[in-house]
Amino acid sequence: MSDETHLTAHHDLAPGEEEQLSVGARILGYVVGLALALLLTATSFFIAGTDLVWQPSIPVALIVLAIAQMGVHLVFFLHITTGPDNTNNVLALAFGLLIVFLVVGGTVWIMAHLNANMPPMDQIMMRQ
Amino acid sequence: MAMTATADHARADPHHIGVVIEHPGPAPKRIVTAYGFWIFLLSDIVMFSCFFAAYAVLSGQTAGGPKGAEIFEQRNVAIETVCLLLSSFTCGMASIAADVRNRFWFYLGMTVTCVLGLIFLAIEFREFADLVARGYGPSRSAFLTAFFSLVGCHGLHVSAGILWLLTMMAQVLAKGFRADILRRMMCFALFWHALDIIWVAVFSVVYLLGSAP
Repeated sequence: MSDETHLTAHHDLAPGEEEQLSVGARILGYVVGLALALLLTATSFFIAGTDLVWQPSIPVALIVLAIAQMGVHLVFFLHITTGPDNTNNVLALAFGLLIVFLVVGGTVWIMAHLNANMPPMDQIMMRQ
Repeated sequence: MAMTATADHARADPHHIGVVIEHPGPAPKRIVTAYGFWIFLLSDIVMFSCFFAAYAVLSGQTAGGPKGAEIFEQRNVAIETVCLLLSSFTCGMASIAADVRNRFWFYLGMTVTCVLGLIFLAIEFREFADLVARGYGPSRSAFLTAFFSLVGCHGLHVSAGILWLLTMMAQVLAKGFRADILRRMMCFALFWHALDIIWVAVFSVVYLLGSAP
């Protein structure tokens, strides 16, 4: 089958594709990923509702946990690694993340400034 | 490492920066297809980032309506999260089964994935219907508009994913594990895993951060 040439030829890995491992090793990868993701999810839900930690730290903790869990998903489920055969996939991901960061960060930044600098709505109405 | 023959070469210059290789010809179709789909997924994530940005800006604009903390039920969200996470796992099992051409485990994995996805959608639909019935529909406030469009957009993606999943099962049934079917299966697995990544952001940002008093 011509599409099986990727097994032998010297090529990059497709996104989502693993290096050639045995079935057992591949299943183990998913099990480890599932366990880590469940652990991080449980921590997130626990942190969000607890009184045990310093309250202002909760939003930061939730965001850090979310980013960690996305990393776990990327590595164990989507098999995006830093290996040389994954360079193209990682570069595309990095560019996507740049745009996401610009869109979200830029919007929040600018809109917060606009909101802070704008007089309340009733003042605008009175001037007219 | 599969490519033991090239291991020495790779170690010397792992990213092929300094070497001018005689071009080996176009990459296999499997890589081209999956890479193109990966680009699509990233653009989909960029689209979601716009919804997230809108939600972040509008989450405080409740116009006298309910705040997030008053309408979110964490127990439901936890069930949804576990469903989607387990379905991502079973989807991975199904794609391994497809690679080794094992029909039984493929159908089993895909069926479990489908059922878990449907449970997720049912819970989400019930939540939406409940909110609308209480008068907290998307037109109530800017916050609710942003909430319904962000979470609803993810829900639409999951619905489309389930239709695709059923299509894949039908195609394997009718055509077997042909190379083109396996490529589609690989793209489907990428799509399903990416949806789970977006859901991680949704439940963290919308439900957990939003239910803080």
